[in-house]
Amino acid sequence: MIELQNTLRINNNQSVDVAEIPGLSYDEFYALALKIFKENENHCLTYFAYKKEDGLHFIMAVADDKNHDIILLSHFLKAPEKQTLHALSEKIFALHIFEREIHENHGVEFLNHPWPKPVRFAHNRADKKLQVNDYPFYNIKSEELHEVGVGPIHAGVIEPGHFRFICNGENVLHLEIQLGWQHRGIEQLFLDKKQNLQRNILAENIAGDTVIGHTTTFAQTMEALAGKQVAEQTQIERALAMELERIAIHTGDIAALCIDAAYHLGANVFGILRTAIINFTQRWCGNRLGKSLVRMGGTNFPFTKELKKELLEMLLKYEKQFSEMANVTYRLPSIQNRFDFVGKVTPQQARLIGAVGLSARMTNVERDIRISHPNTAMKKFPCEMIVVDKGDVYSRFLLKKKEIQAAIAWIRNLMDNYQFDASNTEKPNYHLPLKPDKLAISVNEAWRGEVCHCAVTDAKGNLVHYKIKDPSMHNWKALELSLRNTEISDFPINNKSYNLSYCGHDL
Amino acid sequence: MLHNGRQYIPDLRNVKLRAPFRGRPEISTAKVDEQTLADVCPLQAISTNPVRIDMGKCAFCGECAFAFPEKIKFTQDYLTSSNVRENLIVKEGDRHPIIFEKNKTRKEVRKTFSRSIKLRQVSAGGDNSCEYELGASGNANFDMGRYGIEFVASPRHADGVVITGPVTKNMSEALQICYDAIPSPKIIVLVGVDAISCGIFAGSPAIDRSFLDRYPVDLFIPGNPAHPLTIVNAILDLTR
Repeated sequence: MIELQNTLRINNNQSVDVAEIPGLSYDEFYALALKIFKENENHCLTYFAYKKEDGLHFIMAVADDKNHDIILLSHFLKAPEKQTLHALSEKIFALHIFEREIHENHGVEFLNHPWPKPVRFAHNRADKKLQVNDYPFYNIKSEELHEVGVGPIHAGVIEPGHFRFICNGENVLHLEIQLGWQHRGIEQLFLDKKQNLQRNILAENIAGDTVIGHTTTFAQTMEALAGKQVAEQTQIERALAMELERIAIHTGDIAALCIDAAYHLGANVFGILRTAIINFTQRWCGNRLGKSLVRMGGTNFPFTKELKKELLEMLLKYEKQFSEMANVTYRLPSIQNRFDFVGKVTPQQARLIGAVGLSARMTNVERDIRISHPNTAMKKFPCEMIVVDKGDVYSRFLLKKKEIQAAIAWIRNLMDNYQFDASNTEKPNYHLPLKPDKLAISVNEAWRGEVCHCAVTDAKGNLVHYKIKDPSMHNWKALELSLRNTEISDFPINNKSYNLSYCGHDL
Repeated sequence: MLHNGRQYIPDLRNVKLRAPFRGRPEISTAKVDEQTLADVCPLQAISTNPVRIDMGKCAFCGECAFAFPEKIKFTQDYLTSSNVRENLIVKEGDRHPIIFEKNKTRKEVRKTFSRSIKLRQVSAGGDNSCEYELGASGNANFDMGRYGIEFVASPRHADGVVITGPVTKNMSEALQICYDAIPSPKIIVLVGVDAISCGIFAGSPAIDRSFLDRYPVDLFIPGNPAHPLTIVNAILDLTR
C-alpha cells in the first residue's frame, strides 16, 4: 500500500463527514491523483462536482483493491476563479468520462483533455445551445473511406444510441458511440423527490436490467447516510437476488449471441432457461425483474423455507438443461469460428479505459467488487475471482457461462449454510432521517460490473447531490476498441457480447 | 431438446400466476383514512372519494396493499390493458375484469391487422425492462409469433409503433421521424407506466411528451414492466 497523505480512507457502504475529506489545492489534487493511479490496484469509482456555497466542490473516490477500501480526496473551485483546470485524463485516460461529465454539467474547462466530447446532453447542461444532433464526431478526410451511421433507433427491440463507423471497405477503422438519447434527469429527480419510497422506485428504474444492482446500491447508500444497519438476512437476500440477476441476464445474453451466430437451437433453449430464473424472482417478489424486492431499511419479501425449496428445485432443473445445451454450444465449430479472435481488447487497453466488471475480467484484468470490497454477504460467503484471458467475443461468451456456474455454486453454498428466518428481518423504513453534512458511498458488483452510488447531505440532512455510476460509463469505450480492424458485420456479436446499458449511462 | 418437453404456453389467456404477482387491483368498501392511503402511493396513482387506483400511473409496487391490506388487494389477473385510457382506473367495489371497448377502436385496425401485425418498437427513455418483456413476448414460451405478431427492423415494414419510456426530449424527434415513416393505417401502443403516464419521471425537465398529445393512442398496456402475458393478450384484444 502506498503511503498517501491528505486523503481519507473509508470502507464500502460507509458514510463520513464531508468536512473530514481533505480539501486540496488543484495542483496538490492533480499530483496526488497521478500518484494514486500509478498503482494498478487503484481505479476511480467516481469523480464529480456539485455546487456548494460559493463554488464547486469536487470529490473523487478511488477503489483500492489491495487494501479493500476507498480513498477519498477533494478540491474546491471558487465561483469567480477561472474555471479552467488541467485535465487529469491527459495522463490517466480512464478519467475522461468523469471530466467530460463535469464539463458538461458545470462548464469547467479541462485543458488538454484528449477526448472533449459531450456525454449525454443532460437537461441541466452548462451549454444549452448544444443539441443532441450536434455531436462532434471524429472524422477522417479520405476518398477511400466511408462512414456508416446507425441509430439512435436500432433494428431490434433495444434502447437508442447512435453508432458512427469509419470504414475502409468492410473493415472498421474507428467506431464512435454517441449516447444521451435516454436521458431522463434521474440524478436531479433524486433531489426533487422528497419521499424515500419515491427515490427507491426511482432507483429501480435507473436500468431495468440491473434493478437489483442499482436498488441495492441505493439502499446501502441511504442506509449509510441514515446510520441504519439492516438485518443480516436482508443483506444476504440482496446478494442472492443480485446473483440471480447475474444468472438471468447472462443466460439471456448467451441466447442473444446464439441468435447472431444463427444457432437457433441454442437461442431458444437458453431463452427458455432465462424464463425459469426470472419466473422465480417473480415468485419471490411478484416482479420478474425484481422491482419491489429491495427496499430501504428492510424488506417486504423475506426469503422463506418454501422459497428455498422452490429455488433449489428450479436450479437443479436449470443446471441440468444449461449444462446439456452449453456442452453442445460451446464446442460447436461454427460458434467457435464465429466468436474466436473477433473484437479483441488487450489488458493494457482495458486498464487504459478503466474497464470494470465483465469487460475487465474478459481480458485478464482482475476487478471484482465482490472480492475487493465485499459487502456483508460476500464477506460471510466469499466468491472467487474468475477471469478469462483472450479479450475476444468468445472470451466474453465463455466468461458469462463461467459466471453462471459460479453463481449457482455460490447460491447452493448459501442455501446449505444459512438459516433463513423471516422473523429476523424488518419491514422497510422510508422515514429514516438522513444525517447532516455527510457523504456516503456504496459500490456493488452487479452483472455488468461495479455500480457505484454516492450521496451528499447538507446541514439539515437534505440530499444535495446524488451521483450514480453504471459500469457502462467506462465500458462503452471497450466496445469501440473491439471494433477497430474488425469487419463491420461483426458489430452485432460484439455489441451483444458486452450488452452495455444505454439508460444506465444516460440517467 | 425434445426431452425437455413442451415449452410454449398453449393458452395465453388462462395462465394461473401465483401471488405475490400483482395484476389488477381490487379495492374493498372497507372504511379507511383515504387521504393517508392516497399519500402512501409514490406515484400519486390513488385518488379518493371514492378510492380509485389508476393502473396507468401505478408501478405495481404493492406498497398500498402492505399499508392497507383490508382495503387493497392485488389479484393475479394479468389482463390489465385497454384501448380506453379511463378503463385502466379501478374503483372501490369494482370486481370485474378490465373492459376493452372493441367498438371504440377504429374499424380499419381490426380489418387490416387481425391476421398479422408487424410492430416497430421505440424506446424513448425506457429503462430496458419493458423492452426485455417485449422481447420475451416473442420467445419460445410466450411465442406471439404464432398469432402473426412480430417486431420488425424498419418502420417501413411496420403497422404501428410500440413506445416504452416517458419520451425524453432527446428522443422526441427520432420518435416523430419513425412514426412518420410508418405507412397508414398505423397504430400507437404504449407499454409500461412510464409511457402511459410518465411514471416516476413526471415533472422531469428532460421529458417531452408532446408527441403523445398529437396522436390518438390505440392501446395502453400497464405494468412496470408489463408482463409478456399482458402484452400479447392486449395486442390480440386490439386486433381480433
